[in-house]
Amino acid sequence: MSELSVKHLLGIKHLSIEDIQLILDTAKEFKEVLNRPIKKVPTLRDITIANLFFENSTRTRLSFELAEKRLSADVVNFSAASSSVKKGETLVDTVNNILSMKVDMVVMRHPNPGAGEFLSEHVDASIINAGDGAHEHPTQALLDAFSIREKLGTLQGAKVAIVGDIVHSRVALSNVLLLKKMGAEVMVCGPTTLVPKYMHTLGVRVEHNLQTAIEWCDVANMLRVQHERQDIKYFPSIAEYRAQYGLTMEHLDGLEKPIVIMHPGPINRGVEITSEVADSEHSIILDQVENGVAVRMAVLYLLADKRKLGNS
Amino acid sequence: MSKREIIDSRELNIALNRLCCKLIENHVDFSNSILIGLQPRGGQVLDRLVRLLEEQYGVSNIRTGLLDITFFRDDFRRRPGHLQPNKTKITHLVEDQKVVFIDDVLYTGRSVRAAMDAILSFGRPAKMELLTLIDRRFSRDLPIQPDYKGRQVDSIASQRVEVLWKEVHGRDAVLLTEPAS
Repeated sequence: MSELSVKHLLGIKHLSIEDIQLILDTAKEFKEVLNRPIKKVPTLRDITIANLFFENSTRTRLSFELAEKRLSADVVNFSAASSSVKKGETLVDTVNNILSMKVDMVVMRHPNPGAGEFLSEHVDASIINAGDGAHEHPTQALLDAFSIREKLGTLQGAKVAIVGDIVHSRVALSNVLLLKKMGAEVMVCGPTTLVPKYMHTLGVRVEHNLQTAIEWCDVANMLRVQHERQDIKYFPSIAEYRAQYGLTMEHLDGLEKPIVIMHPGPINRGVEITSEVADSEHSIILDQVENGVAVRMAVLYLLADKRKLGNS
Repeated sequence: MSKREIIDSRELNIALNRLCCKLIENHVDFSNSILIGLQPRGGQVLDRLVRLLEEQYGVSNIRTGLLDITFFRDDFRRRPGHLQPNKTKITHLVEDQKVVFIDDVLYTGRSVRAAMDAILSFGRPAKMELLTLIDRRFSRDLPIQPDYKGRQVDSIASQRVEVLWKEVHGRDAVLLTEPAS
């Protein structure tokens, strides 16, 4: 029977189509588990997982922690703000110290692109990238794909528009890589300053007009404007961004066919998307959050399965 | 490797009918009972039993479900290969109900142990029973015995017992597979 081809989840680019299919199929069974009266299974009871967050996160950290606990793993949490990192310790030293406490898997968010990859070369634990700078956020892309597949039935041929701050978004890159692998058509849409020049080389359409994008797509994934990563001004004002790229009910009402609205969170209500749209029947934003736990359970389960007793 | 038919279609049918009669004796109208097929092969036995109970014995409104035990197994990370989960479909409340687990072959008893653990995620049944079409005697790793058994088979660990179904394999039979010597 098939198993994952990788020992770590560092990015979508390392996964095969079969890997992605396996994760999404396994997540479906975990979603059923999450709807039982008792939502816990004993599978990972002999696994210890460290959640290392060198960058702020609410939803991803909670989602991973819940997934780990639903699988009965032992969990230790670490956040950079209250750690020895502030005292000058290196990443490998921090992690090796944690691993000497017999940790099997590490979920890591880090501001530097490639941090997970670097770590996987230096430590024995299975590494799961929970976001590395503006590089990749593989579990977000997997849960987005799971949500799209659940809604449309298939990813093959699905038209997905990713709208907003593309240049600072690890969600955008992981989504593009995954959706292209699975046969979806992808468009990115945003102001010229927020769409990287290399985008067309990934085989995606580039559009700067929101109306054209939503008329074309089946699914619109609305990204947050990441003010905290913007060291220079990429557009004149929030009001202008809202006027050009904010999705409103008027947009949706004017479309010939209904489209699915997604958002990886946190939402800036009234900027990239109005409250009305976020809370409308078109929105699957809260389904994404629920699916996130199931997808992360699947990733943890499948990677733990690679650590056979005696080999780990 | 050689395969030998140890139970033919007629014998299998007699065993299934006997199992139905025993179930009726203990569960009467099945109003407080739920029959649960253990994935991946118990569903086939369940389907056949329900069809017989409805068509031959006039029982109606039988409540059924399918239970996958993958996440409750005791050999995760302990055996080569990958354990891929199957579908679980439990739509009835099991709280205070009489649950009958249904499987094709009872061997070590480890799947049944996992099933007893897994079903508790859906509530606390008043009673759990086990029905197996084939009981491989003298091969148990755990203190688990069936309440209802179709046939007993004596086999050694290297042999495999395989149940064939008309709907899936084109004929009803039970085969004993011998390893190549």
